[in-house]
Amino acid sequence: MKKLFHEFLKGVIKENPTFVLILGLCPTLAVSVSVMNGIGMGIAATFVLLGSNIIISLLKNFIPDRIRIPCFIVVIATFVTIAELTMKAYSPALNRALGIYVPLIVVNCIVLGRAEAYAQKAKVINSLFDGLGMGVGFTLALILISAIREFLGTGKLMGYTPIRGFEPAFVFALPSGALLVIGLLLGFFNILKNRKI
Amino acid sequence: MSVAQFLTIFISAVFIYNVILSRFLGLCSFVAISKETKPALAMSLAVMFVTTMSSIITWFIYRFLLIPFGLTYLRTISFILVIATFVQFVEMVIRKFSPPLYRFFGIYLPLITVNCAVLGVAVLNIDMFFINGRAIAGSFYYSVFQGVCVGLGYTLAMLLMSGIRERLDLCNIPKSVKDFPLAFIIASIMSLSFLGFNGFKF
Repeated sequence: MKKLFHEFLKGVIKENPTFVLILGLCPTLAVSVSVMNGIGMGIAATFVLLGSNIIISLLKNFIPDRIRIPCFIVVIATFVTIAELTMKAYSPALNRALGIYVPLIVVNCIVLGRAEAYAQKAKVINSLFDGLGMGVGFTLALILISAIREFLGTGKLMGYTPIRGFEPAFVFALPSGALLVIGLLLGFFNILKNRKI
Repeated sequence: MSVAQFLTIFISAVFIYNVILSRFLGLCSFVAISKETKPALAMSLAVMFVTTMSSIITWFIYRFLLIPFGLTYLRTISFILVIATFVQFVEMVIRKFSPPLYRFFGIYLPLITVNCAVLGVAVLNIDMFFINGRAIAGSFYYSVFQGVCVGLGYTLAMLLMSGIRERLDLCNIPKSVKDFPLAFIIASIMSLSFLGFNGFKF
C-alpha cells in the first residue's frame, strides 16, 4: 500500500509532468486563462491518463513491440473521444471554452509518455496509481498557472475579487502572459531545486 | 471563394494566430529543437510538408467517409491514425529514395506524429470550413491553404527563435533560467510583439 501511495505521489511532486518533465505544455498554456478551464482540462486529461494506463497495462502482453505506438494511440484516442462526447453532452460551455484543445489531448506528450515509459511494463494496479498521480500533478500545475494568470489578468479568482482596487494587467490573459508565467515558474522551481542540493 | 479570403487566412495563420506564439501548438518541439538554425529549419520544413498533406488527407476523409456515414464523432481517432500512418510512410519513402534528404530530416520526421500542430490544423480546418456538417464553398482550397500557412507560421517562429538563441550562447545567463525557462520568456516577448498584428484590417 505504501508503495502504491509512493507511485501516486511521484507524479504529483517529484516527477510533476509540467514543471519537472516539461511535457504537454500546449494545453497547459492555452486553457489556463481561468481556473475553471484549468480544472476542466485537468479532469479530462486525468480521465484519459487513467483509462489509457489501465488498458495498455492490461494489453501489454498482446501488443507486438513493433507497432506499439499506433496501438497506444488508438487506445488513447478512444478515451479522448469518450471525454469529448461526455463534455459536449453535460457541459457545453466548458467544451466551447476549451475548443480544439480537447481533441488535442490525444497528442499530449504526457499520456503517450506514460504509456511508453511506464504502463507497458508495469502491473495494472501500479499503472492505475501512476496515471492518477500524473493526472493530479497535471491538474495542480494547471490550477497554479491559471490562478496566477486569472488573478493578474482579470483581477478575479473563480469569479470573486480577492483584492479590491487591484488594477489587472490584461497582458496576462493573453498568450504572451502564459509564456511569461510558465518561464518564470520554471526558473523559480529551478532555484528551489538548486538550493536543496 | 475570393482572394481577400485567402489573404485573411494567410495573415491570421502566419501572424495573428501564429501556431506557436498564440495557439501554443507544437510548443514542445519549438523549445526543444530551436537551439540552432539548421535543425530548426529542417524541422520547420518537415512540419510544413506534413501539415499541408494532412490537411488534404483529413479533408477527404471527413467529407467522403465520416459525413456520409454519420461517423463524425470518430474524427479524432481516424485523423490521428491516418496522420501517424502517413508520417511513417513518408519516412520509409524518403529513406528509400533520398538518403541525403533523410539525413537532413533525420529524427524530426517521426517526431511530427505527436506534434500538436498537425492534428490541430486538421481539427481547425474542420471547425472553420464545415458548417453543420456541410462543406462551405471552396472549403477544400481553404483547408489546404491554411495547412500551408500554419506551416509557414511555424517556420517563421522557429527561425526567429533559433536566431535569438544562437546569439544567447555568448551571453552570461543566470543558472536557474538557463535553457527552458529563458526560451519561454523569449517566446513571451516575441508573442507580445506579434500582438501588434492584431490591428490588421481589410
